[in-house]
Amino acid sequence: MSATERAEGAAKTESSGPASRRGPIRWLPARLRAARMETRLARTLVLDVPGWSGHAPGQHVDVRLTAEDGYTAQRSYSVASPSAQDQVELTVQRVQGGEVSTYLTEIMLPGDQLEIRGPLGGWFQWTARIRGPVLLVGGGSGVVPLMAMLRERVRSDSSSPFRLIYSARTPDHIIYTSELHQMGQTHPDIQISRLYTRSGLPDDTREPGRLRIEDLPPPGNEITEGPSRVYVCGPTGFVEHAARLLVDRGYRSSDIRTERFGS
Amino acid sequence: MHEDNDHRVDGNAAAGILREVFASDVTTARVVCGHCTAGTSVAETKTYLAGPGSILRCPGCDAILARITKIRDTVWLDLSGSASWQIHTG
Repeated sequence: MSATERAEGAAKTESSGPASRRGPIRWLPARLRAARMETRLARTLVLDVPGWSGHAPGQHVDVRLTAEDGYTAQRSYSVASPSAQDQVELTVQRVQGGEVSTYLTEIMLPGDQLEIRGPLGGWFQWTARIRGPVLLVGGGSGVVPLMAMLRERVRSDSSSPFRLIYSARTPDHIIYTSELHQMGQTHPDIQISRLYTRSGLPDDTREPGRLRIEDLPPPGNEITEGPSRVYVCGPTGFVEHAARLLVDRGYRSSDIRTERFGS
Repeated sequence: MHEDNDHRVDGNAAAGILREVFASDVTTARVVCGHCTAGTSVAETKTYLAGPGSILRCPGCDAILARITKIRDTVWLDLSGSASWQIHTG
């Protein structure tokens, strides 16, 4: 997105807070305290992590598994929970043939251990210090870091209006379905929009299909305040499609922050 | 993030390995391409994670900006494709 900007523009950063913590990064042992299935494929893991000192919503962690024979496998997962001491919640969606996600969603039991390091990533994060309306656009399990932002928005004293556009294959693929419904019902400043790419609900007025320009709210102008910050997360193809639509809709590319994962 | 590590992601996914080398998060750093001179945040680079190495490419012209390879306790950092890195330290 910002590749077309020239080099003179100063990088915008959110300094201070956990993201800017300095010094060497360490792997911390983490123990599974509890787990719950969110959909048929997605599982939330509640991990006890002694020494974890919190994170900013949107950040991720590296997870490392070590087998008895010493074989290790490492992946990155977004944190789903708002910041907390000594505890981290991840929501992992099983990828077909994925050795790490299959272990985390189907095999790992409470009491089992793994290692995590983080929090990672200062670019894709929101904190209550950032003022102004926020638009979140998530595809599939890309909703996970956006959920951390929504949960922080609810928990904090922020009054920033939030709008979530959540694209999933079918209603059965919606993660956090009841919590999202409740957020939308109880917070007038939080608006949740679900859209389906394969098949929706019987009374949907929108035809199933990938994200379209009319699914996106217009940016603000001199009279109406629109989103001052847009976060997009999902598979690479989804993120690039969404980012193009947002620019076509009139959003400034410098206001759009993206995070892609594979496939 | 997540799996399918042979596919293209973005620089957010390299935050962990970069954090092993740099004293602070550099996904917010601004990197200038040595080939086309466009500037971008490290988070927005085209990133390929494969085996022991990560490759960061310019989203504008596809030139390689950085190669980061870890072998046991050593990280090999090749930044020869980038003209500069502007790193916020505050």
